[in-house]
Amino acid sequence: MPTYLMKRLVEIVPTLFGITLISFFIIHLAPGKPTDIFTELNPKITPEARERLEKYYGLDKPVPVQYWMWLKRVAKLDFGESFSPDRRPVIQKIWDGKRPLIERRLFVTFMINVLSLIIILAFAIPIGISSATRRNSLYDKVMTTTVFVGFATPSFWLALLLMILFGAHLHWLPISQLKSMNFDSLSLAGKIWDLSKHLVLPIFVSAFTGLAGDSRFMRSSMLEVIGQDYVTVARAKGLSERLVIYRHAFRNALLPIITLIGLSIGGLVGGSVIFENIFGIPGMGQLFYMSVMTRDYPTVMGILTIGAVLTLLGNLLADIGYMLADPRIRTR
Amino acid sequence: MFSAVAKKLFIPLLVLLALSACRNKEPGAVRAASENIPLLPAYGDALLEGSIGEPTVLIPMLAGDSASHQVAGLIFNGLVKYDTDLSIIGDLAESWKISKDGLVITFHLKKGVKWTDGVEFTSDDVMFGYKTIINEKTPTAYAEDYLQVKKAEAPDKYTFRVTYGKPFAPALSTWGDLVVLPKHLLEGKDITKGSFGRGPVGMGPYILKNWIPGQELKLASNHEYFEGRPYIDQYIYRIIPDPATMFLELQTGGLDLMGLTPLQYTKQTETDYFRKNFQKFRYPTFAYTYMGFNLKHPFFQDVRVRRAIAHAIDKQEIVDVVLFGLGKPATGPYVPNTWPYNPNVKKYEYNPGKAKRLLEEAGWKDTNGDGVLEKNGRPFRFTILTNMGNSLRTNTATIIQWRLAKVGIKVDIRTLEWSTFVNQFIDKRRFEAVILGWGIGLDPDQYDIWYSGKTKEKEFNFVSYSNPEVDALLEKGRRTFDLEERKKAYFRMQEILAEDLPYIFLYVPEALPIVQARFKGIKPSPIGIEYNLPKWYVPEPLQRHAMEP
Repeated sequence: MPTYLMKRLVEIVPTLFGITLISFFIIHLAPGKPTDIFTELNPKITPEARERLEKYYGLDKPVPVQYWMWLKRVAKLDFGESFSPDRRPVIQKIWDGKRPLIERRLFVTFMINVLSLIIILAFAIPIGISSATRRNSLYDKVMTTTVFVGFATPSFWLALLLMILFGAHLHWLPISQLKSMNFDSLSLAGKIWDLSKHLVLPIFVSAFTGLAGDSRFMRSSMLEVIGQDYVTVARAKGLSERLVIYRHAFRNALLPIITLIGLSIGGLVGGSVIFENIFGIPGMGQLFYMSVMTRDYPTVMGILTIGAVLTLLGNLLADIGYMLADPRIRTR
Repeated sequence: MFSAVAKKLFIPLLVLLALSACRNKEPGAVRAASENIPLLPAYGDALLEGSIGEPTVLIPMLAGDSASHQVAGLIFNGLVKYDTDLSIIGDLAESWKISKDGLVITFHLKKGVKWTDGVEFTSDDVMFGYKTIINEKTPTAYAEDYLQVKKAEAPDKYTFRVTYGKPFAPALSTWGDLVVLPKHLLEGKDITKGSFGRGPVGMGPYILKNWIPGQELKLASNHEYFEGRPYIDQYIYRIIPDPATMFLELQTGGLDLMGLTPLQYTKQTETDYFRKNFQKFRYPTFAYTYMGFNLKHPFFQDVRVRRAIAHAIDKQEIVDVVLFGLGKPATGPYVPNTWPYNPNVKKYEYNPGKAKRLLEEAGWKDTNGDGVLEKNGRPFRFTILTNMGNSLRTNTATIIQWRLAKVGIKVDIRTLEWSTFVNQFIDKRRFEAVILGWGIGLDPDQYDIWYSGKTKEKEFNFVSYSNPEVDALLEKGRRTFDLEERKKAYFRMQEILAEDLPYIFLYVPEALPIVQARFKGIKPSPIGIEYNLPKWYVPEPLQRHAMEP
C-alpha cells in the first residue's frame, strides 16, 4: 500500500508541471494582451507608449522566458501581481486576509459549492437508490425525467425565471449578490438570515442542474450491486428487503461515490462562471471570467494552478478513501 | 398622474428632448411620481447605481476602463472641466490665461481647497501629477498629451504654468482630473503599489468608504466639498455583471440608476409601474458607428462606388430597426448639435436607382444575369467584418447586406473575436469593409484618425484615407485656440469627408439612463446627466435610505 501511495504522490509533480506549462502557453496563444484595454483602437496611444506598457508588464520577453520567470516565482508559492491596473497580488484577490471571510472570493465559492454538493448528495443518493430498487417503474421514469430536465435546463435561464418569480413578483427573496445594503448593521442572527436568503436561489439552481449526474451514478451503481451474488444470497437467507438493500447493498454501492466526491473537490474552488455572473456573486468564477477577458495572465494562471492542485489532491484523497474502503485495492 | 409642480419643473427638459426626438413618436418623456409633495432640496438618502464592470483602480491616470473613471470622477477633480455646452470652464482653476502665441497656459488655482485629509491643495499637487504621468515608470496610456509640454512650473502655491513647443488646441482640456494627485501622500512612493489606488484621497464631492471586491463601492458625501456639500449622502456603485439581473434589481428597488438598452427603453419600461416610479432620459453619446472601406481595395478606390453604396443604404431604417429609433443617422464624425458638427454637408438619401446608375458609371454591370454586378468578369462581392458580441453591429451589417443585395452587390458578414479582429485583420489591413465605432473625445481633434501619415500598423487611419486638404485642416484645427477658426477648419473637413466618403457614417447611438423618480434636480445636457450629481437631491418625505452610523 505505501508503494502505491508513493507512486501516486510522485505522479502529481510532473502532472502539475504539465498542466501549468500547457495552460501558460495556451493563454499566450490567444490573441490579445493585457495592455489591450489601453491600446486597442485608442487614438491617444503612440507606439512608444505601447512598448512602454508592454515592457512594464514584461510582455516584451519571449513566452518561454516569461514562463520560466513565472515558474520560479510559483516555486516560492508566489503567484505574482495581477496585470489589472490595481496591481494587487493575485493571492490577495483570491483570498484577502484583511477582509471578513464572506468577502473572500475563494471562501464564497467554496461555501456555495459545498452547500450545493451536500444538497446534491442528500437528494441524489436517495433518488438513485429508490430508482434502482423500483427499476423501470413509473416512479423511476418520473425521477429520470425530472433529473434530466434539471440537467438540460440552462442554468442562466432557470436563474432568471426564479429571480422574476421570487424576487420581482413575490418579493420573497433578493435578486442578486450576497448581502443586503444594511448587512453591516445587522445582528449575527440577522446576518445569517440575510445571507441565507441570498443563497437560496444560487444553491438551488446549482444543485438542481447538477443533480442528474450523481443520481444516475448512484442508480447504476446500486443496480450493479443488486445483481451481485451476495445480494441474492442475502435474499435467499430470508432477510427483509430493507436489510438487504440498506445493510448489504447500499454500503457497497456507495464506493463509487467516494471517487465522485474526490473528483468534485477541484470543482469546489473553480466556481461557476455562469451563475456567479447571473447572481452577481463575487466568487472565483467571476474573477476568472474577468481575468480571462482582460488577459490578466497572472490571475488566470493563479486560479488554474490552485484548481489543478486541488483536483490532483482530490484524486489522491479519492484513491486513499477507496483504499480504506476496499480491501482489494489495499493489497496491491 | 403628474402634479402641476412636477410638470412645470420638467418643461425645459421636454423641450430639450423633443429636439432630439426626430422621427420617433415617443418624445422620451420624463415622469415624476411625487404628488403634491414640496420638492425642496434636502440632504440624505443614497443613490444606487448599477454597473456591469468593476473598477480596477481609482487613480485616473492608471485606469483604462470606464467604471474606474466613473467612480474616480466623483473622488478627484481637475483644473478644468467641460461645461454642458462643451466649452471649458474652471474646476480647481479659478482662471487661466493663454499667451497670444498659444504656447503658454497659466492656471490660477482656487485657494483654500482641501484634500479630504485636511491638507490644502496647491500647485505642487498638479506638478506632482504631471511629473508622475510623464514618468517612464508610470504605466499610463495617457502620457502623450503631456509629453507635448516643454516646460512646467509652479511659481507659487496657486499658480501653475505650462509651456508648449507648438500651439496645441486640445491642450487646455487635458488638464482635467488625470493630473491632480496629493503629493503629500504619494511623493517618493510607487503609485502602482500600495493602497492608494483602492483607497484614494481626493477632494471631490464623494469619499470612498468601503470597496467590497466584486460587489460594491460605497462612497459618502464630502461635507467640505469646495462647491458645497452634495445633497445625496451616499453613492453606492453596485457591480452586477448580468444586464438582465441588473434590470430586475432596478425593478425591485435594488438600483436607482442604470443605463437601458433600446429594447428596455421602448418596451420593457413602458408600463404603469415604470412610468410612476422612474424617469427616463436620452441623449446622444459621444460615439458613432460607421462602415469603413479599405481604400486600397480595387472595389472601393472609385469614389462613385462608395457613393453608390451610401445611396443604397437607408440610415434611418438602421436607426429605427437596430436602435428602436433611439439614435440619429450620422453624417460625419461629430455628434449632432455640438459645436464642431456641421449640419450642411452632402447627404446621401436612400435611392437605389441612383446607386445603380453610379455603379454603372463606374463600370459595374450584371452581364451574366445572376443578379450580381460584374466588372472585367469579377463579381461585386465583399465581406464586412465586425466584432463578435455586439448585436447592434451584426444587425446593422445584416440590414446593409440585404440593402446592397438589391442593387446587385453580394455581401458576406463575418464576426470575429475582438482581439483577433484588431490584431489579425485591422492591423494587418486584411479587410474589405468593417463595421466599427469610434468613441470620440469632447475635443474635436481627430488627427490620428484622418491624417494621411497615420496609416502604419497599429495606427488608426487603417482605411488608408489620404487628402492633402484634410491634412492641412487637421493641422490647423489643433494649432489654434480660436474657437471660430477651429470651427471653420472642422466644418470644411466634414464637407470633404462627406464628399470623399472614406467611411459611411451610420449612426450616433443614444445613452438611455433611467433614474428612480424620487431624485430631483437632474438637468440633462449634451454631456449627459451625471455631471451635476452633487446637486441632485431627494426631498425629505421621499427619502428611502438612512445613513448608517
